Amino acid sequence: MKSFVLILAALLAGPAIASSGHYPLEKAPVDLANTVSLQRGAATFGSYCSGCHSLGYMRYSRLTDIGLTEAQIKQTLLPAGAKLGDTMGIPMRPEDSKAWFGVRPPDLSVEARSRGADWIYTYLRTFYRDDTRPTGWNNLVYEKVGMPHVLFTLQGEYALNHESAEGHGAGALIKVKDGQLSPAEYDALIGDLTNYLAWVSEPAQASRVRMGFFVIGFLLIMLVVAYALKKEYWRDIH
Amino acid sequence: MSQVEAVRGWIDQRFPLTAMWKEHISEYYAPKNFNFWYYFGSLALLVLVLQILTGIFLTMNYKPDAANAFASVEYIMRDVSFGWLIRYMHSTGASMFFVVVYLHMFRALLYGSFRAPRELVWLVGLGIYLGLMAEAFMGYLLPWGQMSYWGAQVIVNLFSAVPFVGPDLSLWIRGDYVVSDATLNRFFAFHVIALPIVLLGLVVVHIIALHEVGSNNPDGVDIKKIKDPATGIPKDGIPFHPYYTVKDLVGVSVFLILFSAIIFFAPEMGGYFLEANNFIPADPLKTPEHIAPVWYFTPYYSILRAVPPLFGSQFPGVAAMGAAVVIFAALPWLDRSPVRSIRYKGPVFKRWLAAFVVVFVILGYLGIKPTGVWGTFPAGLPLLGGAPVATLVAQVCTLVYFAFFLLMPWYTARDTFKPVPERVTA
Repeated sequence: MKSFVLILAALLAGPAIASSGHYPLEKAPVDLANTVSLQRGAATFGSYCSGCHSLGYMRYSRLTDIGLTEAQIKQTLLPAGAKLGDTMGIPMRPEDSKAWFGVRPPDLSVEARSRGADWIYTYLRTFYRDDTRPTGWNNLVYEKVGMPHVLFTLQGEYALNHESAEGHGAGALIKVKDGQLSPAEYDALIGDLTNYLAWVSEPAQASRVRMGFFVIGFLLIMLVVAYALKKEYWRDIH
Repeated sequence: MSQVEAVRGWIDQRFPLTAMWKEHISEYYAPKNFNFWYYFGSLALLVLVLQILTGIFLTMNYKPDAANAFASVEYIMRDVSFGWLIRYMHSTGASMFFVVVYLHMFRALLYGSFRAPRELVWLVGLGIYLGLMAEAFMGYLLPWGQMSYWGAQVIVNLFSAVPFVGPDLSLWIRGDYVVSDATLNRFFAFHVIALPIVLLGLVVVHIIALHEVGSNNPDGVDIKKIKDPATGIPKDGIPFHPYYTVKDLVGVSVFLILFSAIIFFAPEMGGYFLEANNFIPADPLKTPEHIAPVWYFTPYYSILRAVPPLFGSQFPGVAAMGAAVVIFAALPWLDRSPVRSIRYKGPVFKRWLAAFVVVFVILGYLGIKPTGVWGTFPAGLPLLGGAPVATLVAQVCTLVYFAFFLLMPWYTARDTFKPVPERVTA
């Protein structure tokens, strides 16, 4: 029994793989029940990200799961010529993106599972100006990232605060130019976008959890019946 | 005669249906004092059936092709009806198989179930365990994620440490100079057909051998010694059906509740059952920072890393890792105690067994982590200076691991023991 507890404890102890990098990640406001947030995230992704990043394992039709109607999807998110049942690809050719960015922008279908929602949430809020980089941008979470800061018109521009103690934490960046959004508004926008990517990474999540309660409820009843049956049969064994 | 009986009679004249049912189920007399530890045999069988059933449905949708494998798993997760459920059942089932099997094996250590006359039950069981390891290892390549790929690369490379034939051996296993489409295809073939056939066959042999000699019990008492003279049935035996079928149903219910809790609420199990890196498609050009096998292999992986290379060859580590698994086979001949069960064994065996469990868990933990997890010894220290602390701990644990087996004839023969009762205790 003792070893059983030990093995369980070993199983439940912290995650096996810490995300790469040392920058402390902030908790992403993931709430898959908030369909309005997911829809806003989908809109942001469609406007700013989907030019370069595919969600290749995701179909447009699946967006009905977050409360959009087929008509809405067709009007706002579906590229010209694409069908509802198509996956969310990109028009950019791999060889072009390789030439422009040095690397092919990754597919983001399962990004929230490989890197985690917290990573995405922190990463998209920690770009800073760096003239030594080909794109003019660098990032606290992903050093020397190939991606430029696509959202700088919204967030504004930041620079590295060289007086900050260790180059990370709240004081690591200082604002050098205002954007269209206030810091709180920008955080909310990235929060929605992260929430959307978390949903995309496993669209069955919500129904999985819902079903789980029913299955375990059924099994609890089965346990009661099985236990009563066992008691009844074993009555004559001493 | 009713129609059912008529049909049964017709079959029995041609196939020993009723005889088999009686021999293995309704008139197989098991000791009446089975406890908690005796649930894991039937649970292992349950998980095996679940793995085969879910595996069939996964195979219907999965593509064993380096260009399509990763995408086909995501297709299962998104576009196949209840594909996510089937896939999570299978991935969780793989880990739970090892949980159940480790507890099942530990039960044998506790109550001396491996000892005469059950040596073959134990050896066949060990064969199942080895087959299961191969099955799990090859299955883990199939999602074709980064961990799949590099885990396979590392393990197959171990074979190249074998003297003389090593490099040719690993090339032969992979079917290519690196893990590639050819490797994926052959691993798929082994995973979905070759090894399952072997496993099923061994499970049948395991059960037939068990039913030939009869089940052991927590007292380690031989129940066949005292039989009811009128019926010839052991006085402490009860028919497997209905007593243990209804009892195992309780165990199955509890197990399925835990199993479902993982599937529905934590299918990744914090990165232990499904690793984050495995959601990145395999990339032969990008080695992940830290490659670790899945948790059920980590005690052995730790032993591999703990043994220092000899003349620049990793072979001693590889050999130690293999020996750590195979050494279980010697157990029936290593235990010299006059009694089977830990209930009547002396304090020395109990301490050794406790130490074995502790080092197994520590080795398992260290196998998940990089060797630097506990830092290094200060540079000035003689001998140890600059060496990783975790490596030394793993080395000590490895010694204890092997000492548990190799010193067993000595410490069990000298240990005290309590008198074993004639009949099982309540």
